[in-house]
Order: sequence, then C-alpha cells, then structure tokens
Amino acid sequence: MSDTAAHPREDDPEGSEEPATGADDGAPGADPDETPAAGTVATGAESVVAALEAAGAETAFGVQGGAIMPVYDALYSSSIDHVTMAHEQGAVHAADAYGVVSGEPGVCLATSGPGATNLVTGIADADMDSDSMLALTGQVPTEFVGNDAFQETDTIGVTRPITKHNYFASGADTVGDTVGEAFELSRAGRPGPTLVDLPKDVTQGETDETPGPATPPAGTDPDPNADTDAVESAARAIEEAERPLCLFGGGVIKAEASDAARTFARTYGIPVTTTMPGIGSFPEDDDLCLSWAGMHGTGYANMAITHTDCLIAVGTRFDDRLTGGIDTFAPEAEVVHVDIDPAEISKNVHADHPLIGDAERVLDQLTAAVREAPDAGAWRERCAEWKETYPLTYATPEDEPLKPQFVVEAFDEATDDDAIVTTGVGQHQMWASQFWTYTEPRTWVSSHGLGTMGYGVPAAVGARVAADAMGESDRDVVCFDGDGSFLMTMQELSVAVREDLDVTIAVLNNEYIGMVRQWQDAFYEGRHMASDYTWMPEFDKLAEAFGALGLRVDDYDEVAPAVEEALDYDGPAVIDFHVDPEENVLPMVPSGGANGKFATAEDQL
Amino acid sequence: MSGDSPDSRPATDGGSASGGVPEPDSRPAPGEQPGPEERDHPEGRRNLEGIRIDPVVEAEHESRRAVISALVEDEPGVLARVSGLVSRRQFNIESLTVGPTTVDGHSRITMVVEETDPGIDQIEKQMAKLKPVISVGEVSGNAVTAELVLLKIEADDPAAVHAVTEMYDGRTLDAGPRTITVQLTGDEARIDDALDAFRQFGIIEIARTGQTALARGDVPTAPGEKPGTAGEPTTHDS
Repeated sequence: MSDTAAHPREDDPEGSEEPATGADDGAPGADPDETPAAGTVATGAESVVAALEAAGAETAFGVQGGAIMPVYDALYSSSIDHVTMAHEQGAVHAADAYGVVSGEPGVCLATSGPGATNLVTGIADADMDSDSMLALTGQVPTEFVGNDAFQETDTIGVTRPITKHNYFASGADTVGDTVGEAFELSRAGRPGPTLVDLPKDVTQGETDETPGPATPPAGTDPDPNADTDAVESAARAIEEAERPLCLFGGGVIKAEASDAARTFARTYGIPVTTTMPGIGSFPEDDDLCLSWAGMHGTGYANMAITHTDCLIAVGTRFDDRLTGGIDTFAPEAEVVHVDIDPAEISKNVHADHPLIGDAERVLDQLTAAVREAPDAGAWRERCAEWKETYPLTYATPEDEPLKPQFVVEAFDEATDDDAIVTTGVGQHQMWASQFWTYTEPRTWVSSHGLGTMGYGVPAAVGARVAADAMGESDRDVVCFDGDGSFLMTMQELSVAVREDLDVTIAVLNNEYIGMVRQWQDAFYEGRHMASDYTWMPEFDKLAEAFGALGLRVDDYDEVAPAVEEALDYDGPAVIDFHVDPEENVLPMVPSGGANGKFATAEDQL
Repeated sequence: MSGDSPDSRPATDGGSASGGVPEPDSRPAPGEQPGPEERDHPEGRRNLEGIRIDPVVEAEHESRRAVISALVEDEPGVLARVSGLVSRRQFNIESLTVGPTTVDGHSRITMVVEETDPGIDQIEKQMAKLKPVISVGEVSGNAVTAELVLLKIEADDPAAVHAVTEMYDGRTLDAGPRTITVQLTGDEARIDDALDAFRQFGIIEIARTGQTALARGDVPTAPGEKPGTAGEPTTHDS
C-alpha cells in the first residue's frame, strides 16, 4: 500500500512534518476550484467519495448492501450520479462499457460476500480485455475478517488473479488516497481493473484526511516512447517489405491512437486488418481495410495475415482466437510488435522488432522513421483480389427463415456512423461484428477475451449513460443479443426503463445456444446436447411487462419498419427477431487451425 | 452504395432499410468460394514459442535452471501474488524462498525455475508487472546459492551418522535414542551428495528450505538494487 514505503519513519523528527506540508501544498490550492465539497471529509466513506470526485468520476454503477452502506450514504450528497443496477454483474459490465465508450475508468460498487463475488465475472472480463475500471467492494469490519462473518468473502484473494492490482483498505485516514491510486492505476500503462476492498470500520471510521492528488504507483506508468534504435530497425524492415500488413488491436483504441494508425497506414499504403477488440480503430469502408482477422474474421484478412512478410502489430496480445495454430500464424512475417506491456512482447508470437511504448506515440515515431513507402502495389492488388474472392456474404432463399445477418445490416443502414453497438457472446456477436461496417473507435463494445454471455444488455446501459454524460445523447445505442445471452442479464432492462435510457435491443433469437449448436453440428455429429432450448419466452411481451417497447419480427418485410420504430422510440425497445436456427457463422477457422484454411461452408470443417 | 466499395456488404446494400426481401447476391456465396485446400499456403512455420523456424530443422528451446531474485514491498499478500502468478501461468518452479532484506519494508523472493529462455523472460516480465515487485531479474550463473536442510535419521549407528555429518560439515541438532536430527547447508550438489550418504542409515523425515541466492561481488542481486542499511530506502532504477 502506498503508505508503507513513502511515509516517514517515526525516529525522524523532521520527517513527520514534511510530507504533510508537501501534501497541503497541493491540496488547498486545488480543492476549492475543482472539488468544493471535497474539503471537509469526516469519515472514511466520505474520503472514498472525495477521491472519486477528485479523480473525475462522474458516474458509478452498483447495488446496495450492508457492508457498502457507508459509501452509499456518502454518495447521497455527492455530485456523482449513481445508477442502481438489478444485479452486481450488471453493474460491473455497465461500468466496463462506460469506460470503453467514455475512455475514462468506469466505477462499480457492491457489498461484501455475494455482492463482491457477483462482480467477479465482469472484473475478469475487464481484465482479459484490458479495460480500465475501479471496483469498490464492501467488507465486514476488520476485526471480523477471517472469522467467516456474515457475508464475508476473501474478496482480495478471489479477485487477485483477475485484477491489475487490488487493495485492502487499512484505515480511514488512508482509504481516500488508496481509492485515488487505484483509480489512476487502472488507466496507467496497460489499462485493467483494480479493486479496493473496504471494511465497514474503515468507511465508518472518523478522519479529516482529505485525499490528496492521486497518481499511479511508482513504476506503473511507463515511458510512452519506444527505443529509437528499435524504431529505426523496424522502419527499415517496413521499407523493405513486399507484403506489409498492419494489425491494429484494442490497444490502438485504448491509447486513442486511431488517428495515428490511420495516418501511418495511409501514408505508406499498407493494408490493414484489425483484431476484434481493434474494430473501429481503422474505418472498414477504407480501401486499405481488410476488416478483422481470426476465427470468424474475413477470409481476405486471414489470407493477408497468412501471406504477409511484415506484420506491424499494434496493441494486440495475439490471442489464440486471432492466431489460430501458432505454427501457421503469419509464418513468413517479420513481426514488428508495438505494445505498452513488455510482457506481451514475444509471449505468444516472437517479435523481431519489439517496440515497447504507447501506441499513439510509437505509431507517430514509426511514421516519422519510415523514409519511403514499401513497394507494395502488387500486394495491395492481391489483397483486393482476396476481397473479391472471399466476400462476406450469405444466402437468402425464400424458403428459409429470416437471416440474422440481414437484421444487422438493416440496423447499420438505419443508424449513423457514431452509433454504438454492444453485444452478448455467440453467433449474434460474430454477425454483429461481420455485417456492420465500423468506422469509428469506441463504437464496438463487446466481450472478447472472456467471452461473457450476457454482457450486451448491461453494456448497453453503461454505453448509453456514457454517451449521455458526454453530451452525445443523439447517438444510437444498439445491443445485439442472442436469446441465450439475453436470458442471462435481461433483468437490467428494468434499469433502462427506470432510468429512461434510449437503447434498442435486437435479440437474434434462434432458440439455441447457437454457437454451441454450430460446433455440435461440425464436431459432435449433430448431437444437440443442452444447446437446444426448444422454447423461449416471448421477449416482446416480456419487454412490455418491463415497461419497454416490445416488438416481434419473423419476416424480411417486417425488419425495416420494426428497426425504424425501435430506433425512433424514446426509451428502451426490444425486438425479438425470430431468425433461421440453422444459420452458421462463416467463415470459420477451426480451433488451432491455420488461418489461411478458413472454412466457408460447414462441410469444410 | 452498392457500387462504391470493394467491401463485403452483400445483397441488401441500398435496399434493406426501405424494406422487403433482399435481392439475390451475385457474388460467390461462402460455400462457392475456393475451399481450404484450393488456396495458396505458405511453407513457413513457427514453433510453440511463436518463433519463425525452418520446418525441416525445427528448433525448440531447451529448458534450463535459473535463479530469479525479486526485491518486493513487504506488504500483505505479496507472496500470494507471486505464487499465484507462477501457478496460473504454469511456470515450472523448483523452490521459492522469501525473507527480509537490509531494508525495512522490503523482502527478497528467490525462485529456482526450470524453463526455456522465453519462459524465463516471461516469468521476469510478468513478475515485474506486480505492483509490489520493485525489481526482478535472473541472478547470473555464478551466483552464490545455498539451501538449508533438516534431516531426521534412524539412530541405529550414531557413530556412523556422526561421521557422515562431519564429512559434510553438518551439525547435529538433536540426538535421541531412536533418531538423530542433522542440519546441512550448502549448494544443491553438495546437499544431494550428503543425502545420498545419509540414505544408508534410513532417513525418516526431511525438510528443505529451497535455494536462496545472492550475486557475487559488486553485482546487485536484483537489477538496480543498491545495498541499503536499515532505515534507508533501497534505491532502484527499474
């Protein structure tokens, strides 16, 4: 904790005064202007809230409960908007999505025990996707910790492997600084979730210590610039490449490097593919763009990534869903790997040119260091041919039910480029990423690394709240959900109705856990064990019962009117699209397979 | 819109929002596109560590033994963070020791691992990301290493046990009618030799601390570590 190393030793008479003076230097000057209410804390809980306010947090998502009550009581008179969610999992996903859309760490709160454990899925989700987020959990009073008290869970132990760092608040005087540090740490360097566990005696404890200006802990905010020698050698490799390819990952978006990425690729005429979290970093309607690569990525992206001789990978951790079998991943490419986290360098794919730094800064460095564009005209033509040969298409025979891809396209056409898409996990998520043309960062909000079914609805709540807080209430928020995913978190619809949030939820309902059904057909001889729901509630009627607009669509000619009605409706709307239950997500690279051998039909799997 | 982009939007371009059944798509449907084996495939390959290789030669890294020393903040949970990291990422670890340093509030964790070079690199980098880890690195090959072992031995022939104990510079900590407890220290090879020698008497119980290590001479044991005395912060430039 921050107080272990920095605090003066007791046997040093001078030392005990100096840090206090130092802290006061900053605090009185800054407080009256920025946080007028923060000057007068009386309890640990008020110090927690003051720290959040000082960090710039405007919104928090959470669920009340015994051990967190003091913090909620302090929120009563705070400028922070609190959105009460139906379930803690909703709170954590909403906070995550809020962070993705706003670029600021989302904040979620839960009580001890079940409240904290209900956050776990969402914290793990944020950890896998490197999303900045702060979770605050109540805890039983310190003297009960370890005694199996009512609603006690070892939250620190449970969340240790799924947080960037977590803190057990040790006293009312320091808890504000701890919360401030945790907030800053979550967005320093490679972002990730942090957690502060707040024993009730700490939040109830008296203190007059107003938290000082928060900074991330020493050593966690790395140098944004890459080593110049490494940049030069990477630049030479790029110049000499015949088949160069950019691979932009989620790190490009997190580092606000989309402009730098666009400049780099366009300046040197280098084709671009993205990862799934990197969707939106480069406009998919640009001639250079090959959309995203990986298991269900486009055929042309996977062909390009297979044949490139110089892969410029920025802000990606080479997840197995991207690489397929590592032996056949970009097997002839010199790899330039830009990442802020040194541990990602050569973790999965060896980096010939490791560039450790902030994506934006390093892309600017590369743009400056490359002296002439690689001679890649023939390569660009080849990429264009692949686009012609392997387009993303689907058939729409009259004797088959409504195709889910058509629904995604209808929404894309009916909305502006700045519309935000959230999803659950499964087939619908893949269609939403394949058949929507993304052009802007922070418009694609999904659960990638962890693959959390149920992410979509609470994420839509968080995304809507973020857009509204940013003064962008005219942006559409569309959640594509599967019937299975929707059933997992649909209770958060109650929040959307209560808070009057303008979101549209499109359930692509095939009455299956569709991706599992697809795998069972491909790899388990069609044995539909526990994937066929056989029956689903009537989601349109359920939506009406919640107080939302509920619509049902079965046929092509009903799609456009329903989409229009739902988008026009000022409040939450749910459309239950009954789509073809037999439709598969294609193309597909089988798990561990070669990207270049993607299947475009089920019988190729 | 349908003509302006080489992009993949299919049948519905320009038509879906206005309603109705989609037009048939003239471009190759997924099933009609060249199959997986009908495409060009490069010859190159990567090994399990993601390194480009000549597929004929197939070079894999050999694993080796390495001593890793980390200087850490002595705060609650730091050992759990390190050991959790090791188990979660499936690093092969032989021993882990932890103890205080010359500086209040700092501890040293010494790990002996058996890993490939990329694996050792990953251990160091992942450990460096833990907030309480101040600095971490491999202790160079000629480091001073030692381990302490307690042995409880059958006391059928006390004189012979005593002789072996003397031979390996051990100490007898306890001698009873049926058992003798001996303490041994030294590097791993010496300890292993001693255990072989004691085995003839019958070893009842054994307790080993695991290897701990310091770099020789002026070389800091953890990177950037500077010798401190109690009360001074250890400086580091990690």
